[in-house]
Amino acid sequence: MMRMRKPLIILILLLSFVSGACGVAGNGLSATSDTETFTNLIAQTALPTSAPQTRTLTVFAAASLTEAFQEIGKAFETAHPGVKVNFSFAGSQVLRTQIEQGAIADIYASADHKNMDSLIAESLVASNSYQDFTTNRLVVILPEGNAAKVQTLKDLTNPGIKLVLADSSVPAGNYARQILTNMNEDSEYGADFSSAVLANVVSNETDVRQVATKVELGEADAGIVYFSDAVAASDLITISIPKQFNVIARYPIAILTNSPNPYLADEFVAYVTSPAGQVIMEKWGFTREN
Amino acid sequence: MNSSPRIFRRIKTNNSPGWEFILPSLVLIGLIGLPILALVWRSANIRIFPYAFSESAINALKLSLITSTISVLISLLTGTPLAYIQAHWTFRGKAFLDVLVDLPIVLPPSVAGIALLMAFGREGLFGDWLNLIGISIPFTTMAVVLAQVFVSAPFLVRSARIGFASIDPQLDEAAKVEGASNWHVFRHIMLPLAGRALLTGVILSWTRALGEFGATLLFAGNLEGKTQTMPLAIYVGFEQGLGIALVLSVVLLAVSFVLLVLLRRLELQSQH
Repeated sequence: MMRMRKPLIILILLLSFVSGACGVAGNGLSATSDTETFTNLIAQTALPTSAPQTRTLTVFAAASLTEAFQEIGKAFETAHPGVKVNFSFAGSQVLRTQIEQGAIADIYASADHKNMDSLIAESLVASNSYQDFTTNRLVVILPEGNAAKVQTLKDLTNPGIKLVLADSSVPAGNYARQILTNMNEDSEYGADFSSAVLANVVSNETDVRQVATKVELGEADAGIVYFSDAVAASDLITISIPKQFNVIARYPIAILTNSPNPYLADEFVAYVTSPAGQVIMEKWGFTREN
Repeated sequence: MNSSPRIFRRIKTNNSPGWEFILPSLVLIGLIGLPILALVWRSANIRIFPYAFSESAINALKLSLITSTISVLISLLTGTPLAYIQAHWTFRGKAFLDVLVDLPIVLPPSVAGIALLMAFGREGLFGDWLNLIGISIPFTTMAVVLAQVFVSAPFLVRSARIGFASIDPQLDEAAKVEGASNWHVFRHIMLPLAGRALLTGVILSWTRALGEFGATLLFAGNLEGKTQTMPLAIYVGFEQGLGIALVLSVVLLAVSFVLLVLLRRLELQSQH
């Protein structure tokens, strides 16, 4: 037992030593020059406005925006020489968590209001920059060949159908469940429609693109994704969801409070909402509904 | 170098390692130790305890324990004979086989997940055959186990191979002269002598199976009670609020810590 204990004590001692050293590093004489170069390095990368070198704009965007924003990013780079747009695409809830944990970015584009609103409440995005820039609808997708022979929305309740949804923490997963609840109200589907469909769920994916991929691969018999996801993945069969049940997914965009390039971010948001930007959004299946 | 701390006691000589060794080490110790410390620190909070007993946390814990145990049993039953062959026989393509079996150790888990889908997915290489006998693996608990075996078995095989190889070949020959069969030699000489190496392998592959994330997410999906193991529950929980993720992380940390302490005791014993 003694053998086990001693290294542990040493470890704890060393840990406290390291954390102490971090606190006083700025005062140490030998450390000063290093600290200065380090600060300069950070200044060069984070605040490049002083020199007309490449400026990098970091955009955190919902996974469903992947293709549309990549194209908008290219168009924006062409219109602004010397600007590089970097994207991080993931579930809106993943990006929101990353921003809460201190990730540095310029722009956040979410697939729902819930995630954006919590960032506004935490003053992490500039509320005056907040605006809806596009809308999306949801569809049911089936793999090529449709081996499970799903013909109508009612068939989603067929026993043994492998249905994949996004997790309920993901905007698309939340919308999909809302739609199923809406269908419960209709006598054609019946009050237990939603629970019958949810019983067929074999996986709750962490972003909507994973849903599309699992269906594309033919591993799942059906999935519920955005219309734009079905446009991006060409070889899928889609079943549309009638308007009275469907939800309109409103996508908000905003500039982060700690954006390293707020002016450039402003220009990017302006481009996204401009007619040129909206043409690209429509091309990828997004709409602008009121 | 007399100024270095006197907490060090070298095995043979009495001097301390010197700052040029201690300082770089401190950087790494801090990098590994501080996040662990922070994790424990943040979870030492009464408010998050209700999460520890939430249904999804317990479901994930149960599933992780069951699947990783099955995975280790499969690895043990199939990996031990393989390691025995690798340690005691040479044959054409042996070098290739050695590399193949070690491959999952260095392979990114996402690659493992895609490879498993390509092989055993419904549309995979063997999907049609499996469909014929009515088996569909993706999105099932079996897929979780397969992913875990894929990534964790190589640790067991490696350890067992080293254990078997270190046994004096004369023992084997002597037993054969006495008329013992291959099976008898394995059962009564090799297994007991390589027992410690096998146990080491079991612990290593168990911790790896418990921590498996990427391949599971791709191949088995994420469904509570069926395919949502602890690492997946941590990932999903992280986005819904830190509480559940913190509690599960600390549980996994504790289990891994205990397993590693066991491993260390085994290693110390085998040195004596």
